[in-house]
Amino acid sequence: MAGAALLGRLTWQLAGVVDVVTETPRVKTIVFDVPEWLGHRAGQHVDIRLTAEDGYRAERSYSIASAPDGTRIALTVERLDDGEVSPYLTDELRAGDRIELRGPVGGYFVWEPGQGGPLFLVAGGSGIAPLMAMLRLRAAAGSDVDARLLFSSRSWNEIIYRDELERLRDDGVVVAHTLTRSQPAGWSGYTRRVDREMLAEVGAGPEHEPHVYVCGPTAFVEVVAEDLVGLGHEPRAIRTERFGATGG
Amino acid sequence: MDELMLDGNAVAGVLQEVFAFEMTTAVGTCGNCGVAGPIGALHVYRGAGIVLRCPHCNNVIGKIVRDDTRMWISLSGVRTVQIAV
Repeated sequence: MAGAALLGRLTWQLAGVVDVVTETPRVKTIVFDVPEWLGHRAGQHVDIRLTAEDGYRAERSYSIASAPDGTRIALTVERLDDGEVSPYLTDELRAGDRIELRGPVGGYFVWEPGQGGPLFLVAGGSGIAPLMAMLRLRAAAGSDVDARLLFSSRSWNEIIYRDELERLRDDGVVVAHTLTRSQPAGWSGYTRRVDREMLAEVGAGPEHEPHVYVCGPTAFVEVVAEDLVGLGHEPRAIRTERFGATGG
Repeated sequence: MDELMLDGNAVAGVLQEVFAFEMTTAVGTCGNCGVAGPIGALHVYRGAGIVLRCPHCNNVIGKIVRDDTRMWISLSGVRTVQIAV
């Protein structure tokens, strides 16, 4: 579908919850089966719509965390205490429930193996979700593209996909963690917010023309994008996905 | 910097609903500063409606407001939009 942007009308469809997986104390992955799903590209998202009994509706956009896999998609959702939608998704949904969604949407924050690399992914908190779709697709496609992830989390227990990321190292992915609030005993990774020096140490330099994807809270993405440009990366090569004011 | 700011990606669904095209890769030229870039890289603010702003000069590119039965779309700040067909 690369050259054809015409997609027709987007329609809401009912998706069934297949599984709910606890990732961290505040984050769950919800696996849906979407009968009419036509596939997606890594980095795309879906819109979810909740309708209250009085007809009030709330819509939110969530990145797809899974690589293309038939009619199944996985969303990784962080619970925001004052959120309208995320507490419902993380606390109430059970296997067998159904929910309205539409998608996939987006085409800008997307990576496909054919684009090649190097790939430099920078995530803050649950901003890992669309980047994980890219890493999972890279693995599923048997791609050996140079891929490096710099992942900022608050603490060890809040690292989303921690075990799977360890396994991806065996597949050649460079994974660097920074833990900004607390670190376990013996921690040898970074312990500060992402900065220019860290970006230079982890990522392929601008001379290698990496595809750079940054996803996280708005303030996180702002700082990272600015530092990347400061390091000499082409603004056009830096794709960003901001998800608002939530903490990373 | 406004912590509620999002990217054009965040309204990909609404834009696709309106235009029936994948719009985040469409290229818009700002009517104020003349810089062209993908709609996905615009700055987006969501409140009672959606406001799209140019990431270079902050010019309001467009606004989308909806209720249950209608949608109002203003694209007063964009010079051209290029869509791959």
